Amino acid sequence: MYAFDFVRPKTVADAVKALQAEDAQALGGGQTLIPTLKQRLAQPSVLVSLTGIDEMKGVCRDGDALVIGGGTLHATVAREARAHYPALAALAGNIGDPAVRNRGTIGGSLANNDPSACYPSAALASGATIVTNSRKIAADDYFQGMFTTALEPGEIITSVRLPIPQKAAYVKFEQPASRFALVGVFVAKHAGGVRVAVTGASNNGVFRWTEAEAALSANFSAAAVKGLKASAADLIADLHGTAAYRAHLIGVLTARAVTAAG
Amino acid sequence: MPKDFGIGAPQKRREDIRFLTGRGVYTDDLKIAGQTYAVFCRSQVAHGRIVSIDTAATLAMPGVLAVFTGEDFKDVGGNPAGWLIKSRNGEAMREPKRPVLAHGKVRHVGDAYAAVIAESYQQAKDAAEQLAADTVIDELPAIVDMAAAVADASNRVHDEIPDNLCFDWGWIEDNRAKVEEVFKTAPHVTTLELVNNRLVPNAMEPRASIGEYFPGTGDYKLTTTSQNPHLTRLLVAAFVLGIPENKLTVVAPDVGGGFGSKIYHYGEEALVLAAAKKLGRPVRWTAERTESFLSDAHGRDHVTKIELACDKQGNFLAFRTETLANVGAYLSNFSTATPTFLHGTLMAGPYKVPAVYVNVKTVFTNTAPVDAYRGAGRPEATFSLERVIDKMCRELNLDPFEVRRKNFITTDMFPYTTPVGLVYDTGNYQATLDKAIEVGDVKGFEARRAESAKRGKLRGLGLSTWIEACGIAPSHLVGVLGSRVGLYDAATVRVNATGNISVMVGAHSHGQGHETVFAQIVADKLGIPESSVEIVHGDTSKIPFGMGSYGSRSLAVCGVAMTKAVDKIVAKGKKIAAHMLEASEADISFENGKFSVAGTDKAKTLGEIAFSAYVPHNYPLETLEPGLEETAFYDPNNFTYPAGAYLCEVEVDPETGKVQVCSFTCADDFGNIMNPMVVEGQVHGGVGQGIGQALCENTHYDENGQLVTGSYMDYAMPRASDVPFYTVDYSCQTPCTHNPLGVKGCGEAGAIGSPPAVVNAVIDALHRGGIKVSHIDMPVSPARVWSAIQNA
Ligand SMILES: Cc1cc2nc3c(=O)[nH]c(=O)nc-3n(C[C@H](O)[C@H](O)[C@H](O)COP(=O)(O)OP(=O)(O)OC[C@H]3O[C@@H](n4cnc5c(N)ncnc54)[C@H](O)[C@@H]3O)c2cc1C
Repeated sequence: MYAFDFVRPKTVADAVKALQAEDAQALGGGQTLIPTLKQRLAQPSVLVSLTGIDEMKGVCRDGDALVIGGGTLHATVAREARAHYPALAALAGNIGDPAVRNRGTIGGSLANNDPSACYPSAALASGATIVTNSRKIAADDYFQGMFTTALEPGEIITSVRLPIPQKAAYVKFEQPASRFALVGVFVAKHAGGVRVAVTGASNNGVFRWTEAEAALSANFSAAAVKGLKASAADLIADLHGTAAYRAHLIGVLTARAVTAAG
Repeated sequence: MPKDFGIGAPQKRREDIRFLTGRGVYTDDLKIAGQTYAVFCRSQVAHGRIVSIDTAATLAMPGVLAVFTGEDFKDVGGNPAGWLIKSRNGEAMREPKRPVLAHGKVRHVGDAYAAVIAESYQQAKDAAEQLAADTVIDELPAIVDMAAAVADASNRVHDEIPDNLCFDWGWIEDNRAKVEEVFKTAPHVTTLELVNNRLVPNAMEPRASIGEYFPGTGDYKLTTTSQNPHLTRLLVAAFVLGIPENKLTVVAPDVGGGFGSKIYHYGEEALVLAAAKKLGRPVRWTAERTESFLSDAHGRDHVTKIELACDKQGNFLAFRTETLANVGAYLSNFSTATPTFLHGTLMAGPYKVPAVYVNVKTVFTNTAPVDAYRGAGRPEATFSLERVIDKMCRELNLDPFEVRRKNFITTDMFPYTTPVGLVYDTGNYQATLDKAIEVGDVKGFEARRAESAKRGKLRGLGLSTWIEACGIAPSHLVGVLGSRVGLYDAATVRVNATGNISVMVGAHSHGQGHETVFAQIVADKLGIPESSVEIVHGDTSKIPFGMGSYGSRSLAVCGVAMTKAVDKIVAKGKKIAAHMLEASEADISFENGKFSVAGTDKAKTLGEIAFSAYVPHNYPLETLEPGLEETAFYDPNNFTYPAGAYLCEVEVDPETGKVQVCSFTCADDFGNIMNPMVVEGQVHGGVGQGIGQALCENTHYDENGQLVTGSYMDYAMPRASDVPFYTVDYSCQTPCTHNPLGVKGCGEAGAIGSPPAVVNAVIDALHRGGIKVSHIDMPVSPARVWSAIQNA
């Protein structure tokens, strides 16, 4: 690590102010950022910890949606979302290990937008709204490619509003080493149609598989997607799987998610 | 009923209390007054010529105390290879110098070419970054692929070695023609080309070293993560730095796992000593995890073609192998023994095959050094044999259980001389196979398979019948084979004046449980409570010259030395007792901690004898020295030969290619068992690593020699969810015939026997599912299984 200053404000307003310093950076649970610092791959002047901001924490039901504070731990979501949105709770409960789940936050995960992370698929399939200190961003506009989002420098995710689908499931096929998603598929059946979000697979980060959405909106059953083949174009190819393998897994996992959603 | 005391009791490990409560003291835990920090500059390129290293700016940085480069060590010795192997044509192996710091050239990513010493770790890190920026290295084409390395004479890892070949070894060369004849006329030949995947050892504790120099006496001290402090002392003192051995103390305190990687002496150890001398201050270094990935000696990395000649009934006629074995950029201490005498000599397995010929070409590449890793050579031999046998069974439609059974050496054939130079003293391979079939419930397999099929899963059953040679090693034999060291071990048993006992052993415990098991043995033999026996290890200033722990040798070699020292204690105690009890020595017997005169109730306890030995008021001083302390060195007559049968059941998900191990059954013959709980733990750990090799672990260098799998994000370690509940049976026991404990060694067995069982199970599952795949290289990852299914 390089040396840096550290502040831990108590309000979003103070955090926003602190983040105006040159090369300041927000620190959520640190599960991504701290390893990056340890490898000397980032050199912030000041880390603005968001862990002291109570208004950014918690899971609450708001009509047909679940609102989750940007600083809420994965473990908290796993516990408190269960009664409202079990697919989301299950996703959160299967991120990393207990240590990661008790430090890492939903805001940090969405801000980071790792192409293999789990939460982005839930946000996209739910049709979530990302709420920041200054605006509301629809998930469809928020994710802009691998590690790239609509966030401006210094902008903080204060909460995430996730409409609760009628039926949903997330199926994650683990990359053997990191146990992030080699491919993960989140299927959500809403009153207005089905949304299918795929993570882990694409060079452009999380994306919606629109062919599957159309087929499932017409007939919400595993059989409806059996014949569909996801395109391998622009999919990630690495040591853990070719693009063709990932494309194949998208189909398999989508069918399994539909079955699991019931 | 298991015993609750002494030999054979399932005692919980006394050392675990300190390990599990965070009270272990590892090298990095030690804080020494005046300490300074070393950080190494490591090559970012696989192969390059060092053009210049400008140290001026670095030396001017805050807190920087010294900078070392390869130039500083060009006149000291190299870190030597421990075995001299001769090529088929009689030429000695090529043995390039392995310097403390790279000099002239860097030869693998992570090769250290400079070190910076500073007041704080952060200052040393900053300075090393500066020094790297002020270093000019001309990148050369990387040599990564072994076949290409041998074929291309123009591109050389070491400029003086034209074909990148260390040696071309034939075992046994005289049998080559005979084996060829067998293959010419054999009714059936099965051929298999396979890769034994390179592994990163991944000890939980990274390597760490602290060097100290005491100007008042001229003494040095090295505290380091070592499996064998005396060997490290010999190497760093006598071979590299030229320090008299008696001026250097090497201490290996608690060590958090080694699996082979901490047998060897590494340049960092020499560096911290040299720097401590230069600065007159302690110098410390602890590897970061990335450094461990890049610079610990890796394991395995063989590419092998194996052929099996047999008749149509599956009776083996001959095995023949051609192997390319990677040694990486430099020769690590055991690197030349591992692919040869720990591999070729096992290529007959537990089978009465009449003819075997093994050819190994060992190749230099621009990758980290490769050396012994849990099993060392024997997993490679076992994998080749057990995979080709399985393939043959499928080709000839024979039952893999029956084929092994009919080829086993039978109990009436011991001692049995194999065609690859070993003499197996005893064993019962039929018994372990029968036991595995029984405890693994092979009868119930079909029902389990049907149940898996209902869930859309393909279930398979894999078998491996393995043997290994451990208890390393008879010095007279290994000397003939090229070893430059002896492989005895030593122990001192000191009965203190107040009757408790300190046992100083040459073996080193870095997770195995010696402190418990050795104490059980001594307590049992002396008839005293285990709690009054303390095992001392890991400090050359306290222990006799022993060779450390690896090759499943601690109990079979050092444990035997220890019991021989105990025997000497008893013999001397009898003399003292005879004097005290006014009886003849011949009438004294020793039992349950008491020396007594036969036929009388006259007796002295061990404590009373010890007191008399140290307070010799009434003592035969004219004929007997006072004190009660004995040392024994033990050099084994032969290797020991544990063997067993392993069964693995897997489920393959045909849609995703994912393999789940459902059950794993071990029926092992380890000879006599000292502590069954520790034996089970060793087998669990070994099988876990074997499953890791078979399904998860992949060390991948790209064509530029960059380690793609240089972190846990891409290097897959097995986790709890990847392994089943093991069934471990060790009731088949043919005690070793040539050591008094009758023990064989169990530390590596699991890692040796398990990989082929897993892969055989996967292939079996696919075949039962109608997918005719003859082989998948390890690790059998989901992606590989899926693509094998696509291409079937
Ligand atoms: C061993 C391990 C396993 C893991 N496994 C998984 C897995 O299976 N699936 C998965 O999805 N993830 C996994 N993760 C990642 C984990 O979920 C992280 O917690 C997450 O990616 C980052 O969240 P964080 O709160 O720790 O953010 P940090 O690491 O603190 O920050 C990450 C980035 O987000 C920014 N940031 C943080 N909070 C906010 C905010 N509220 N608003 C704006 N910007 C913010 C930071 O400035 C930084 O750039 C794993 C991590 C580890 C270490």
